[in-house]
Amino acid sequence: MIELGSAALTLAFLTALYAIVAALIGRDGDRRWIESSRRAVYALCMLLTLCVVVIEIAFAGDDFSFNIVQQHSSIETPTFYKFTAMWSSQEGSLLLWAWVLSIAASAALFATRAKLREIVPYATAVMMGVAAFFVGLMLFAKNVNPFAGLDPAPADGVGLNPLLQHPSMMVHPPMLYSGYVAFTIPFAFAVGALITRRLDAAWIRSTRRFALIAWAFLGIGLLLGARWSYTELGWGGYWAWDPVENAALMPWLMGTAFLHSIMVQEKRGMLKVWNVSLIVATFSLALLGTFLVRSGVLQSIHAFGDSTVGPYILALIGVVLIGSVVLISSRLDDLRSERRMDSLASREAVFMVNNLLLIGLCAVIFWGTFFPLISELFTGDRASLAAPWFDRYTTPLAIVLVLFTGIGPLLAWRRVSWRSARRIFIWPAAIAALAALLLALTTDAASNPWALALFAFGAFALTGLAQEFWRGGAARQAVSGGSMAVAMVAVAARNRRRYGGYIVHAGIAVLLIGIAASSSFQTNRDVSLRPGQSTVVNDYRITYERPTASVNDRAFTFGAVLDVKKDGERFALLNPTRRYFRPTGTPTPTVRSFFAGESTSEVGLKAGFKSDFWTAVQTDISGIERRARMADERFREVMAVLAQRVQRDPAQAPAAARFARDVLDRTAGRVAELYSSQAPAATFRVIVNPLVSWMWIGALIALIGALIAIWPSAEARRRRVTSLYGARLGRELSRA
Amino acid sequence: MDPARKRQIRLGVALGVAVLLAAALVYTSFSASTEAREPSQLLSANPGKTYELTGKVVPGSIERSGDELRFRVADRDGSRSLPVSYRGAVPDPFRDGREIILTGELSEAGTFVGERDTLITKCPSKFTEEAEEDPEHVVIDE
Repeated sequence: MIELGSAALTLAFLTALYAIVAALIGRDGDRRWIESSRRAVYALCMLLTLCVVVIEIAFAGDDFSFNIVQQHSSIETPTFYKFTAMWSSQEGSLLLWAWVLSIAASAALFATRAKLREIVPYATAVMMGVAAFFVGLMLFAKNVNPFAGLDPAPADGVGLNPLLQHPSMMVHPPMLYSGYVAFTIPFAFAVGALITRRLDAAWIRSTRRFALIAWAFLGIGLLLGARWSYTELGWGGYWAWDPVENAALMPWLMGTAFLHSIMVQEKRGMLKVWNVSLIVATFSLALLGTFLVRSGVLQSIHAFGDSTVGPYILALIGVVLIGSVVLISSRLDDLRSERRMDSLASREAVFMVNNLLLIGLCAVIFWGTFFPLISELFTGDRASLAAPWFDRYTTPLAIVLVLFTGIGPLLAWRRVSWRSARRIFIWPAAIAALAALLLALTTDAASNPWALALFAFGAFALTGLAQEFWRGGAARQAVSGGSMAVAMVAVAARNRRRYGGYIVHAGIAVLLIGIAASSSFQTNRDVSLRPGQSTVVNDYRITYERPTASVNDRAFTFGAVLDVKKDGERFALLNPTRRYFRPTGTPTPTVRSFFAGESTSEVGLKAGFKSDFWTAVQTDISGIERRARMADERFREVMAVLAQRVQRDPAQAPAAARFARDVLDRTAGRVAELYSSQAPAATFRVIVNPLVSWMWIGALIALIGALIAIWPSAEARRRRVTSLYGARLGRELSRA
Repeated sequence: MDPARKRQIRLGVALGVAVLLAAALVYTSFSASTEAREPSQLLSANPGKTYELTGKVVPGSIERSGDELRFRVADRDGSRSLPVSYRGAVPDPFRDGREIILTGELSEAGTFVGERDTLITKCPSKFTEEAEEDPEHVVIDE
């Protein structure tokens, strides 16, 4: 199997190189070479699929002659995690990168098979250059070949880190990678357009869907990471301005700017330099994100080890940046705008402002993330910036952005007259003012002016978007009759890109309201309670009912049953726990060895529309560890006796092993029982988090909106078929 | 005013605003940042100034009393160590021998007092193999 995978990977490398050569030979219009290069891309996709399948089969079948399987899985690893353990390894994640790229490249070339004749060969070369880079990395860099073997094969593997054994952690990396990778497509076509000086909006029209898909995937990845942090790590936050988080957020913000400004180019033929620069920046930031996880350059809670591939990726970023800057500056003449901006009160002007805000946000995050390196350069001291610094800049920028999510879609292109502006904005502004007034009077929202401003702007945006839907529906209803709801759905279905965009904006507004409320008005308390004791946090009375403890062959689980009452009535019965994992891959455990491995938190969460009640427990296990040490001493005595017996009569070895396991199980069980009968005080973190569920709901709305915008409408499909037919007809006629 | 001149002014204003913002960013980042130090560098530091302590948790030094966590942090090469007192959320991977980052200040008594919820533990890398070997493990052949 290893040989098969190795051969497929080597072949994949050669195929990618061939695709580059074939595309470049055929660049002047030799269809056969171009066809051949496209087929080579499909072949690359199949070869890399084969590699992935081989690895997955090895994981499923516990084939520990694969180094990657031995290091990241074990016989005990649950089946679901065996299939997803591939990308928790360095080499597996590189393979994932290359594989997803080959799929995206195949899809892009299939979609453009009869279009962009001149651009496609260069775009193919760029995409395959990146693919060859990543495949080559696996083949030639040190210690990252997924098909490295072990001879002889060990009997068991090291296992997967329990912290990573969480469903969202398994979906999170492929989502992020797919996001990073899909930005390669618009980048490659932009480079192709620059080289061939075909700088109208055709390359954008063909690849904007890929940019939107990349944006959506990256967004899902970010969201799953935040969700994991909120429910799995016992600190109760969803965002920490950690370098690796920032590294994924930056390309997302830059991609958001790109998605907006390309509309200006499509509609008005403006911002051409801007658009090619944005996609170069987005792609470079995506590479930078890939690089940061694999370097050790910045300190982060995220896992990185010193690895060998960092410098290569940095070199690739350098090549991309320098090459792009040279290319763009040599094409400045062709990138001149076709039109000038007519008025500052127009959609294109607002999009421009929105772009500047997003880039400003990105610049702030970039500076803060790399500040340790910057300060070391200037002062010789590594100094870092904490969350408050990030908040100081990102908060006002986010607030203004929310306002623009409401303003942008309402304005017309070119120029908006005062009269129509008044008509459009009167309702949103009135509702926003009303919302601000109500919130200031009935809640303590006024204590935080930033948050109050964000709520008001959020209300503005949501009202404006709802009004757009209403106006679209009303116009439709006037023509075709029927109910308003049907008319609204019909008009949205006909203009998916536009209305999908509105839905995304509404989702983002809801999400930002959730972030503002939960970060500004949360109650966060640490309390120490003994079993039977109670405490009061806000309107909630929390009683530590009883401790819980259990043990299985993988982990000890200590926890607490919390009875939460609100207004004298039961609000929730929560069971936050903390698990202590035995390091996997150790032959036979002692009781103490359970406390030598990883530990994870399972939070007790009662989610609600108005607020979440969140709690995690920190158990004091010092007493337990003492008991475990005592138990282990006795256990060792038993083991010594057993060993003597086995020495006298080797045939008894299996029985002795069974007996030892049995004794250990019972000892561990007793230790767990002891904890539940005489638990010491435990520290509980209690968080009352207002509107945090709005964040997840908003993100979901945005995702649905993105899907609507991505999905081609029946009409567009018809148009495409007609244009394909037209193109073919034209070709035949020219030949005739 | 002719349009070209108007555009120039607009561009100038935009650039000016950008430069001002960038200057603010640079200025605040240098004043708001905390410097990273290893224990041996902190032994002679002034009490009352905020630092970011980085190092490894000395094995066997972790003690818990109520909600206070006490442990010692040593340089990465393990030479000098410093007592630490901390309250707040403890990340899951925190344990003996792990690398940590903690923001706080030195007390008069020479203990490093961490700010609430600033303890960060570096994960054991998922990208480098770490087969933990504990000499105390009893091995039974089956």
